[in-house]
Amino acid sequence: MVVEQFSQIKKAKTSYILAFILRFIMKKIIFSWALFCLAIASIYGQEQTKDTIAPNNLNEVIVIGKKSEISQKQVKPLASIDEYLQQSGKIEMIKRGGYAWEPVLNSMATERTLITIDGMRIFGACTDKMDPISSYIEVSNLSEASIKSGQQGACHGATIGGAIDLKRNRSSFNDLGWKTSVNTGFETNSNQKIFGTAVNYVSDSFYIDTDFMYRDADNYSGGNSQKVLFSQFRKFNISATSGVLIDKNKLVEGSIIYDKATAVGYPALPMDVSLAEALITSLKFEYVPKSKKLTSDLALTNWETKIYYNTITHKMDDTKRPAVPIHMDMPGWSDTYGFYSKIKGVIENHHFNVDLNSFYNRSIAEMTMYPSDPNENLMFMYTWPDVRTFYGSLFLEDNIALNAASSLKFSVSLGNHFNEVADQLGLESLQIFYPNMSKSKSRILKSISANYLHYQNGFEYGLGIAYGERAPSVSEGYGFYLFNSFDRYDYIGNPGLKNENSVEGNAYLGYKNKSFSAKLTSSYFHISNYIVGKPDATVLPMTIGASGIKVYTALDYATIFNTDLNLEYQFDSHFKAKGQLVYNYGKDLENQNLPFISPLRYSTALNYKKDRFSAEIMIQGNATQTQYSPFYGEDRTPDYAILNLTSSYLFAINESKLNVRAGIENVLDTYYSTFSDWNNIPRKGRNFFLNVTFAY
Amino acid sequence: MKFQLKNIVTVLLIAFTFVSCSTDNSEPIVISELDGLTKIQELTNDTHTIELYSASGTLQQGYNAISLRIKNKATKEYETNATVNWAPIMKMSTMTHACPYSEIKKTSGKQTLYNGYIVFQMAENTMEHWFLTVNYSINGVAESVSAQIAVPASTKQRVTTFIGTDGTKYLLALIDPSNPKVATNEMTVGVYKMSSMMQFPVVDGFKVKIDPRMPSMGNHGSPNNVDLIQSSIDKLYHGKLSLTMTGYWKINLQLLNDKNEVLKGESITDAVPSSTIYFEIEF
Repeated sequence: MVVEQFSQIKKAKTSYILAFILRFIMKKIIFSWALFCLAIASIYGQEQTKDTIAPNNLNEVIVIGKKSEISQKQVKPLASIDEYLQQSGKIEMIKRGGYAWEPVLNSMATERTLITIDGMRIFGACTDKMDPISSYIEVSNLSEASIKSGQQGACHGATIGGAIDLKRNRSSFNDLGWKTSVNTGFETNSNQKIFGTAVNYVSDSFYIDTDFMYRDADNYSGGNSQKVLFSQFRKFNISATSGVLIDKNKLVEGSIIYDKATAVGYPALPMDVSLAEALITSLKFEYVPKSKKLTSDLALTNWETKIYYNTITHKMDDTKRPAVPIHMDMPGWSDTYGFYSKIKGVIENHHFNVDLNSFYNRSIAEMTMYPSDPNENLMFMYTWPDVRTFYGSLFLEDNIALNAASSLKFSVSLGNHFNEVADQLGLESLQIFYPNMSKSKSRILKSISANYLHYQNGFEYGLGIAYGERAPSVSEGYGFYLFNSFDRYDYIGNPGLKNENSVEGNAYLGYKNKSFSAKLTSSYFHISNYIVGKPDATVLPMTIGASGIKVYTALDYATIFNTDLNLEYQFDSHFKAKGQLVYNYGKDLENQNLPFISPLRYSTALNYKKDRFSAEIMIQGNATQTQYSPFYGEDRTPDYAILNLTSSYLFAINESKLNVRAGIENVLDTYYSTFSDWNNIPRKGRNFFLNVTFAY
Repeated sequence: MKFQLKNIVTVLLIAFTFVSCSTDNSEPIVISELDGLTKIQELTNDTHTIELYSASGTLQQGYNAISLRIKNKATKEYETNATVNWAPIMKMSTMTHACPYSEIKKTSGKQTLYNGYIVFQMAENTMEHWFLTVNYSINGVAESVSAQIAVPASTKQRVTTFIGTDGTKYLLALIDPSNPKVATNEMTVGVYKMSSMMQFPVVDGFKVKIDPRMPSMGNHGSPNNVDLIQSSIDKLYHGKLSLTMTGYWKINLQLLNDKNEVLKGESITDAVPSSTIYFEIEF
């Protein structure tokens, strides 16, 4: 389940920020080697140190796994990364099928948010957002998803809604030797077969972690056994991370992920995907000074530098569809080169973080249409005209411990965002719409935030204000006739768009004691130059069946408000109850609803645990979506509630562990669709699943 | 000895210079004269050979930009100060007629080339052929040469002939884009009327409306096209044609007179997918 960072703090160190807070305490301890272990494997460390600084407020961590094992705290450990993310009260997933859901953070989708893998920027290669970054990794690759709301995510780049950093798995030097695990799973609805392995080896100064995961799913069925055609998928993912420790305080680590999905169906879209392939590589150097004190006041605790490269190939395919008005190929490519270098240090009660980062991305997408007359020339155009993006920014953060109970955090970043249309044909295509458009455009992006946190006697609260800017995405700036099957308009990019900017306020209130915890978080965004598509009746659409053309333009402003309440109560040593309630609100300046704003949604679960047996009953549902937006293609989505049951048993055989987990999702086989299901495709009906994890 | 050696070197250098000069002067001219041109055919009389050129090396139905050179058979030199005009004629089984054509001018920047254009509104067939007469005078001596020329049908419609609502027979010829691109293309059209079987003058002050469509893909259009109006300089009609992708485009046309009355052609709607007058472009 989603574990709030606060509740996690005493158990495990779960984020960089926490890691450096811990380091602050640890600096009094002379053990620099132990400290280093902590630094490079802060997520897995064993320390139970109580902190004196209140933890970070709006951030949230979803624990996915550790070392060789996928988290057994999860109801369904071998769930997709999408299902993991969805547990957060801040995340919703736009679903276009059974696979590759698009995360929506704080009611904002891909353009306004950042998804990084270990801090690396990666950009999907699909013009129709069929390949969010989260589709190119697997749960076996990851240890956690760190969710940062609003400008607190600005350390990873320019964002409005926030950032999700998917952190990779890594062995720690605390646990030497070989570790192997085998994961298998089966789901009856969709016939999904899951198989995975993880083999890890750690010595005194070297480690290598490898993992493999394969999934193969047929079409799933909605409630009442209605088959959802073209919802199948098949993917495999293989990854390796290896590090060498030098002089006990320098670490060189190389990492590679290869992910390939084939025959992925998108029942909500007019096209499927024949290939989605990613190669994600990085080389990291990490340094922890043996002697931290540079001067009597200044101490550097950690310096991490990473260079990375990733390449994505995405091919849309309509050859399996029974009737298409015109057959077309729509491949896309996205290559990104980047680096970051960040230093963490302490001056008296200031914990600072300096992060210099940069990336260079190249996005190309084309569209080739095949006329029914084979003698006619093919129809070809660039939908992304070889857009190059060069971004560089400097991020500074200072966390000031005011006293044992409160702290103040400031961050500021300044970035330069440069776009160039490198292809002449693509440039001239866009110049049809914008005759005076120049080849390139440069923007300065700024971000500033301040947060106050207070923690005392189990109560905590925090307040924050921030300002941030983002540049238009490649589609918003340079897209050419991108068909949106949701509102059925062809979208045209607008290179002259201003930066979108947001003024945000956030607050949270929490309480925690031994048996009860509650946390209420809220965020409010006033977004100026809010980028949307606006119909242009003077231009004819291209796509057959499209309603018209929308040109990206900016509303003066829009406002978004999100709040979520999480409750947890431990009745006794066996029973635990959890509840989550989420409310979102989004309007533009004319009081029209924004798209993909969740209706009131809730989940509640009762958990029973005795020795090695555990069971959970969960109800999850949405109220009726009354605040929908016909302008963006939405309609009223009825309310729903589903019931899930799971149970697990852990067999321990000598050193080995066999975890068997079985459950039924949507027990009553309810037919339902959520507000974020593209074109109202139904969600899964009744599904029996079995996950078996064997680790030794 | 030293002095002699120096002289020899100097002489050699001068020789080299002259050799290289002579190549510089002659060969590049020949190349640049025919840059981008391919010979169509030769028309011969007793004294001269007329060489016809075009970019493709062929003629076809529709607008043709043609260049020519006049070679003196005796001196093997190209004439550089001739006065030239021409007269294309279609000899049909029952009648003969001409077509729109321009005057012939000396090509600017060239020494031996003359150029003009001819709009063949119909293609040849096995019985009916085009003939071209070239009349030229050099130093006051007028001569003439005539021959059959090959004008096959164009694969795409580049010229359209029709009778307007005013009862006049009009002829529209697509001139540009000759190399269409996915871009906003400069579009040029010639508008002529048939005042007699032999006379096809340019029409002044009209307007040509365009609506490019892709019939193979739901008959979608393109944005920001600019209707064609006449230029006072070349008397041709100019506008802008947006082509958003490669492939087959049908450029639907409407011809409007100086009172903005539609003489021919229809607006495109769902019920009217194509105008009765149109050009075709495929690339």
